[in-house]
Amino acid sequence: MSCHTPVLDVLPESEPPVDPAVPVSTKPLRTVALIGPPNSGKSTLFNRLTGLRQKVANYPGVTVEHHSGRMKAIGRNDLTLIDLPGIYSLATYSEDARVAVEVLTGKMRGVPKPDCVLLVLDATHLNRQLMLAAPVFSIGLPTLVLLNMGDELARRGGEIDTLALAKELGHPVAVISAAQNTGLDVVPEFLLRAGSRPDDGLRPVQLPVLQSAASCRTWATQVTARTKYQTPAASLWTRRLDSVLLHRWLGPLIFLAVVVAVFQVVFLAGQPLSDWLTAILTRAGAQVALLLPDNWLRLLLRDGLWNGVQAVLVFLPQILLLFLFIGILEDSGYLARAALIADRVMRTIGLNGKAFIPLLSAYACAVPAIMATRTIENKRERLATIMVAPFMTCSARLPIYTLIIAAFIPNRLFLGGILGMRAMVMLSLYALGFLAALLTARMMNSSVMKATAAPFILELPQYRWPTVQGLTLRLYDRGKLFVKKAGTIILGVTFLVWLLSVLPVHGGQFSALTDSVIGHLGHFIEPVIRPLGFNWKIGIGLLSSIVAREVIVGTLGTLYGVDPATHSLGLQAALRGDMTLGGAIALVVFFAFAMQCTSTLAVVRRETNSWKYPAAQFAYMTVVAYVAALVTNQVITRLF
Amino acid sequence: MDVTALSDAKVGSAGVVESVDLPENVSHYLAHLGFLPGTAVEVLRRAPAGDPRVYRIDGVEVGLRNETAKHIFLRLNEAAA
Repeated sequence: MSCHTPVLDVLPESEPPVDPAVPVSTKPLRTVALIGPPNSGKSTLFNRLTGLRQKVANYPGVTVEHHSGRMKAIGRNDLTLIDLPGIYSLATYSEDARVAVEVLTGKMRGVPKPDCVLLVLDATHLNRQLMLAAPVFSIGLPTLVLLNMGDELARRGGEIDTLALAKELGHPVAVISAAQNTGLDVVPEFLLRAGSRPDDGLRPVQLPVLQSAASCRTWATQVTARTKYQTPAASLWTRRLDSVLLHRWLGPLIFLAVVVAVFQVVFLAGQPLSDWLTAILTRAGAQVALLLPDNWLRLLLRDGLWNGVQAVLVFLPQILLLFLFIGILEDSGYLARAALIADRVMRTIGLNGKAFIPLLSAYACAVPAIMATRTIENKRERLATIMVAPFMTCSARLPIYTLIIAAFIPNRLFLGGILGMRAMVMLSLYALGFLAALLTARMMNSSVMKATAAPFILELPQYRWPTVQGLTLRLYDRGKLFVKKAGTIILGVTFLVWLLSVLPVHGGQFSALTDSVIGHLGHFIEPVIRPLGFNWKIGIGLLSSIVAREVIVGTLGTLYGVDPATHSLGLQAALRGDMTLGGAIALVVFFAFAMQCTSTLAVVRRETNSWKYPAAQFAYMTVVAYVAALVTNQVITRLF
Repeated sequence: MDVTALSDAKVGSAGVVESVDLPENVSHYLAHLGFLPGTAVEVLRRAPAGDPRVYRIDGVEVGLRNETAKHIFLRLNEAAA
């Protein structure tokens, strides 16, 4: 028997195996908990076991995310797998650990008590990873220990005697590789046994009595020594890569090159895909419109709903490309290196290096970023991070940025095609948001936020290839979210805009655009925004996009679609004819700074437990946006 | 056999953790990354800006700012060079 064989029967003189067809227990398994330290490959395993159908929610009362899914991928649709947060110990210093303990002991509201536990540990540093095993075992649930990254262990000459380890731990043990999808047959087998033998009565031979870090550590070291665990050699690849990627000057240079390349590709590959999608959606809309009677219904569906939603939907390729790159950077382990490189900059503005990860995730969306600031223990630093997070360029800004850039910036290439003008403008907008965040944090630090620095402690995982499955899942999640938003919030607001653009009805006829409610409203607010180079349609777009940033594109799609003068033009062409270059650039600058997002305001209100902060944030960001757009328009108009 | 602050150990040197003098929540976190008395630690490299630095402890690479590392003390291996 190879020493890597999964060991499910732990007792030396085991009772005869129970026939799985005849369950002894009357209470079937329902809920399985998945627990493991950070970077143990837990999420990959979760994806392997559940497949694409998973639910993400927040635990009641806390902001820790809660992933759960049916274990469909291994044919156990009757079982729910709960993914617990990645933690090093069950000691309740962090909210994540508190959540894990509450779920495991059945005290979490709305979450059923798990019937058994899958404990994932990184097989390549078992000494340290086993420290989590002691507290998990002592909860007393049937537990299967999955030693992940078995492929890596073998490649680097490490060894584990699973039989000895299972005897020592008193729980079944198996070596697997979630990334390679090997060894996972052991999970359904374990679940079958756990279901038929609810309590096998087995407990570890010895557990530390007082579960401090030091005693767990001593216990873990003894266990690995007794079971003759061979620590694998250090990953040569990781060392070699790090000597380049963290090189004194090559490191930052590569970091910059990576960022530029990401934007370049999002633009160069995204634009044609987006154009292609526009053509398809336009044709589909026109085809369907022909089937409808030529009356108010056709107007409502085509102009009121389809134009607005379509204008937003066509940005799906860019959004997906951006998340593909973020996914690759994160899953490969490069993001942790980026945090290490960026720490120096973060420190000069008085932010914790730990704030880097929430701020980075704010590039996707400020809402999860603000929730992720819970990992920052220092209250003031946390508040500072919350206040600056919405300046980071979230993906909801991408549609309006892309639209304006494609309409107004020529597609010129420099340096033999490496640098494109459009990608550069886009990158500048991202930099602008970052700069605003930086200055705001600086200001807060030198005035209200005199903070003591919390420590920067960052584990650098080994480099690994991102898995196709992991990336697919990310894109699927993001794409679903985007399409859902287009089909709900954006659909709703654009419908309202359309309705107001044809009302009031005079003698059975819809109003012309300028005589409509929205026309009057637009002309009423126009004086305020004219200095920024915005016409009244843009003004309505700004008002409507307070709900969510993408809405402006939908609103403009509707308004220019209703207007007979621009009815037959595409949105880009319509905008080109109706705005100056100064106004167009001022518009994206406005969006770089403005707080056009009710979800963010709501989450800030929840996290700070006060209306004061979201109100101040909204006022501050709107004023900054207005002034910056004003300056931009005035300067550009004078220069060109 | 010198005891020295981790932040003062040269890149490439190695030793054994002697003590960790940090607030409990921080030392608890560090303990789970391996920073406990008796564990072997190696100074791997500096971040491009010189600080933080990367340490290899117990098979894991961990980045720490010098302001944290100066509260961790280690006994340098004599053979280390």
